[in-house]
Order: sequence, then C-alpha cells, then structure tokens
Amino acid sequence: MNKSVVGFIFGLIFGLGLIISGMSNPAKVLNFLDLSGTWDPSLAFVMGGAVIVTYLGYASVLKRKAPLFAESFLIPTSTELDSRLITGAALFGIGWGLGGYCPGPAFTSLPLAATGTLYFVPAMLAGMWAGRIMPTLIRQTTSP
Amino acid sequence: MTEFTPLTSLIGGALIGISAVLLMAFNGRIAGISGMASRVLPPWDSKNEFGWRLSFLIGIMSAPLIFRMITGQAPDQSVSDNIPLMIAAGLLVGFGSVFGNGCTSGHGVCGMARLSRRSIVATATFMSTAFVTVFIVRHVMGG
Repeated sequence: MNKSVVGFIFGLIFGLGLIISGMSNPAKVLNFLDLSGTWDPSLAFVMGGAVIVTYLGYASVLKRKAPLFAESFLIPTSTELDSRLITGAALFGIGWGLGGYCPGPAFTSLPLAATGTLYFVPAMLAGMWAGRIMPTLIRQTTSP
Repeated sequence: MTEFTPLTSLIGGALIGISAVLLMAFNGRIAGISGMASRVLPPWDSKNEFGWRLSFLIGIMSAPLIFRMITGQAPDQSVSDNIPLMIAAGLLVGFGSVFGNGCTSGHGVCGMARLSRRSIVATATFMSTAFVTVFIVRHVMGG
C-alpha cells in the first residue's frame, strides 16, 4: 500500500518534469532530433539535468542497506551487449524519430487526447506486449 | 520551430531525476517507464510489484491535470495526426523498448546515471537511429 501511494506521487513528479521540460511535446523532441533543420537543443538539458540529479542521488541512496519500503534494491547486473539490446534500442529509436514520443511522454499526454496520441498509445501497448512474449517464443523455437 | 528553453528544460529534467532517486530510495526500483508499463500488462509475474507500477503510471497520467490546475493552462504540444505513422511509431516504440529492456528513462536516465555499459550502448543506439529517422523523414523524403 505504501509503495503504491509513493508510486503515485513519484509518477506525478515524473510527469510534471516531462511537461515542464517540454518533453511531452513531440514537436520539441523531433526538433531536437533534427540536427540539420530546425534544431532545438532543449532536450539535451532535460537529459543532462535528469542524469546529473539521478547520478548524485543514487550515489547517496545506494549507500543505505535497503530501500524504505522494500527488502532490497533491484539493480540490473548484466553487462552483456547482446543482439536483443541493440535490436530493441534501434527499433525504439526509429519509432521515437517517427512519432516524437517515448513511453513516458506518451502516457503523460494521454489525457490531453490529441488524435495522434490516441492511436500511438494503444499501438505502443500492443508493441510492449509483443516485446514481453517474444523472448519466450524465441526460446521455445530455438530449444530442441 | 520550437523555442529553445534551457532553464525550464533543466528544471523539468531535474524533477525527473528527483522522481527516479525517490523511487530508488523508497521502493528500491529503477524508474523505467517501459519496464513498468509492460509488466502491468499480462502475463503478470509479481503481485507485489503490480500496485506501485500501476499507480506510478496513473501519477504520470495525472500530471497534465495537476499542471492545468496550477497554471490554468493545458501543456503545450503539437502531435502528428498522421494515423498510420503514429500507429507504426507506437508499435516500434513499444516493441523496441521492451525487447531492448529499456527506453529513455530506464536506459537514458537511470542506466546512464549508473554508468551501465548496456544502457550507454542502448542510449547511443536509439539516439542514432532516431537522428537518422528524422533526417530521412524531413530531409530525404521531404515530409
């Protein structure tokens, strides 16, 4: 219960960050990605601000033995650069460049109900579901 | 054209960072939106994690309403209304981010902040294909 209450608050802070930064506006994202056109460098400041705060914050939080509402910190430990990582990231980038939405801003924009968003989000959820079950299918077809 | 907004972009970015740090401090989890969203969909693996993931997403979706209550105006945005394009984009973003274990938040913010090798490579990869895609759409196809 506690985890869900703080989850809502942190989600709200995250969403307000997306809106205030301008990242919830696909036009701004696409202009950041358009180096040789109408370039808008703002997104570099969003990423920079977020990464620096997270870097400093993680450094102090991860010195603790455990999080406040859970038994342990769950941090990915894999360092393997496999084809799944590269393929997934490459396809994600193509979709990001086509629509100007990555998952966070797409969710934040849903209540604004722009036509493009109302088609993007269900398609994204379908893609996510496929991305979840695909690794299982690959394992099943490649194992004897 | 969109206006260059270094200050509000930096402040907004810092808020995203604060959210990620708090989520780690309280729930011990990475603030990766594609990871949360995909695990709210079936097949469900952990009842214990379902609630906060869903409430984080509801929090994200409540942000424009709160923003409007505070500022009196809706967030400014301009979204393509090319429906086939947005469906294709959504499918690629959804599939790619989950298949590659992360999106702009999980790899681009949290993973980069941890100096994770996988996240640095993933971020360089999706930034590169996004730059190339926009170049092709706007300057080669002339869209």
